[in-house]
Amino acid sequence: MARKKFVVGSFDDEEVLFPAVKKMRNAGYKIHDVYTPFPVHGLDHAIGQRETSLHTAGFIYGATGTITALSCMSWIFTADWPLNIGGKPHLPLPAFIPIIFETTVLFSAVGMVLTFCYLCQLAPFVKKHHFHPRATDDLFVMVIECTSKTNVEDLKGFMASTGAVEVNEQNVEAGWWLGRYDKDQKLYADESAAIA
Amino acid sequence: MQLKYESQIREPLVDGNKNYHQVTEDIISPIEAKPGKLWYVGFFISLALLLFGVYSVYREVTYGIGQWNLNKTVGWGWDITNFVWWVGIGHAGTLISAILLLFRQGWRTGVNRAAEAMTIFAVMCAGQFPIFHMGRVWVAFFTLPYPNTRGPVWPNFASPLLWDVFAISTYFTVSLLFWYSGLIPDMATVRDRAKTKLRKLLYGIASFGWTGSTKHWQRHESLSLVLAGLSTPLVLSVHTIVSFDFATSVIPGWHTTIFPPYFVAGAIFSGFAMVQTLLIIVRKVLSLQEYITVGHIEAMNKVIVLTGTIVGCAYLTELFVAWYSANDYEQYAFFYSRGNIFSPYGWSYYGMMFCNVVSPQLFWSQKLRRNIAFTFFMSVLINIGMWFERFVIIVTSLYRDYLPSSWPYYYSPTIWEIGFYLGTFGLFFTCFFLFSKYFPVIAVAEIKHVLKTSGENYKAKVTPIEELPASEFAHEYAHVAQPEHGRASSGMEH
Repeated sequence: MARKKFVVGSFDDEEVLFPAVKKMRNAGYKIHDVYTPFPVHGLDHAIGQRETSLHTAGFIYGATGTITALSCMSWIFTADWPLNIGGKPHLPLPAFIPIIFETTVLFSAVGMVLTFCYLCQLAPFVKKHHFHPRATDDLFVMVIECTSKTNVEDLKGFMASTGAVEVNEQNVEAGWWLGRYDKDQKLYADESAAIA
Repeated sequence: MQLKYESQIREPLVDGNKNYHQVTEDIISPIEAKPGKLWYVGFFISLALLLFGVYSVYREVTYGIGQWNLNKTVGWGWDITNFVWWVGIGHAGTLISAILLLFRQGWRTGVNRAAEAMTIFAVMCAGQFPIFHMGRVWVAFFTLPYPNTRGPVWPNFASPLLWDVFAISTYFTVSLLFWYSGLIPDMATVRDRAKTKLRKLLYGIASFGWTGSTKHWQRHESLSLVLAGLSTPLVLSVHTIVSFDFATSVIPGWHTTIFPPYFVAGAIFSGFAMVQTLLIIVRKVLSLQEYITVGHIEAMNKVIVLTGTIVGCAYLTELFVAWYSANDYEQYAFFYSRGNIFSPYGWSYYGMMFCNVVSPQLFWSQKLRRNIAFTFFMSVLINIGMWFERFVIIVTSLYRDYLPSSWPYYYSPTIWEIGFYLGTFGLFFTCFFLFSKYFPVIAVAEIKHVLKTSGENYKAKVTPIEELPASEFAHEYAHVAQPEHGRASSGMEH
């Protein structure tokens, strides 16, 4: 895999980070990602990411669970083995409600967690590049990918001027862990601004 | 855009002059340190109890259910009592992590991780009882619906006992997923701080390669919210279904429609008591008093007094309905087997009434709600009371059958029945000791998330919004779309 160059700026306060993100994007830089120790609300929109549709997937999994439970139980009690239980109806729909509900929840939860792990490429034994070890502690790490046109020194200076406490450049093997989501990232303010 | 405004008058959720790094330091450093003497003592006592439990179960499996004193009408005794008790305890964890998340209760962040862990361990303990109660435990898989070579013979989907199989297994799975997905970012924090090779490796595996990417956090938030939304009806359904085990029967004292809400309230009641018992010790031993504050304890005591009162109302409603029904059998169950203190099990009914109805009313006093020693005492008392409740429901309804010729001798457990119960305590506390040593007992990322709105030192810094006149307040805060007018607090301008 090709190696890519990134400029990495660390911020120690989300109140400095937000204006910095805005300035960076107004200047036309494309933010690869920001690594934060906790979910910073609004940051996803600030760096131009679209809403996740994970919850839609959850709904689909849940509906699958509902249909599976209802159809299985109906088929078993009416077609496969119509057992006579004290002369009660063969299709006792109200008595199916608890199992239908539990199966809905089970399918939805398991499906969503697996989808989440797949989308974020999370699994045991997965190794990813960490731009800063303190990104899970107290630093907000903004990462900008350099292209052949990028003036790295300018970028570093600009990043420091927006309030980064630490700026460096890293050469990283661009692997699958980089993610696929940044392709459809929209520009923040000026759509026509050239990417430096 | 900030949906939630944090009032100045509210008590801070994090005491002391903390910044993000200190939060990490305070919560993670007990994992990195060697456990103290007390930890070892507690751990080995739990392990010994667990081994005793394993031996008791071994006897039950080898010699059969006759190792227990269950008899021809008391077919459910300590085993099912303990099952319902443990499942009930589990409910508080889900309530804290899911329902309080939906209600945007900030104080849940300090206690949710440990409470969720408690849920998982409690459900593990609960599951043992119905499984070993089957007698032939090696055919326990017959309860699972899969195409088999026995016909296929399917389980009866209209039976509340099968609903239990689905409810408990779903509850365990979903709680585990919810807990672990919240744990991943914190495991990454431990990994990135790790000094030794082994710790780096193990926490590296456990953290699933978490980086803290904004996109991942966005998905993580969406996942937590939906899982909370799913867990909320789930937790209500689980104890509802457990109560169906009783309510769908025609046994006097069980055949009532009040059971589902009454059981759910009781479950939350006993669960919060267990959370108090555990966290009062944990905050002391791991010096986390600044994160699990007296305010947290008070908030949980408020839930205890609420649910305790609901449970008390349910007891009285039951008595009224027994009288109003004019049903002799129902009245016999309530006014003789339970209500008459001189009947064989009358003592258990009055024990239950005292522990669950009378004693929690003391928590109307703020002074007592904020008293840690008193809360600890009460939490133990409530758990004893809630055990009595299940014992009362099960045994007092069963020991007098319809025909006097079917009245068995006095039911009391054998040492192996008690051993099984003690064994689940061993399992529970062994797991909890390991959890408190190797896992962050407080959700680090969630504490950091509320730190700037609810930390003590940050609360002092932000503009005292209460002092603004209404017109100015409306001008400043009604249009969040104008970012420049935002308050100097985090997130407001975005």
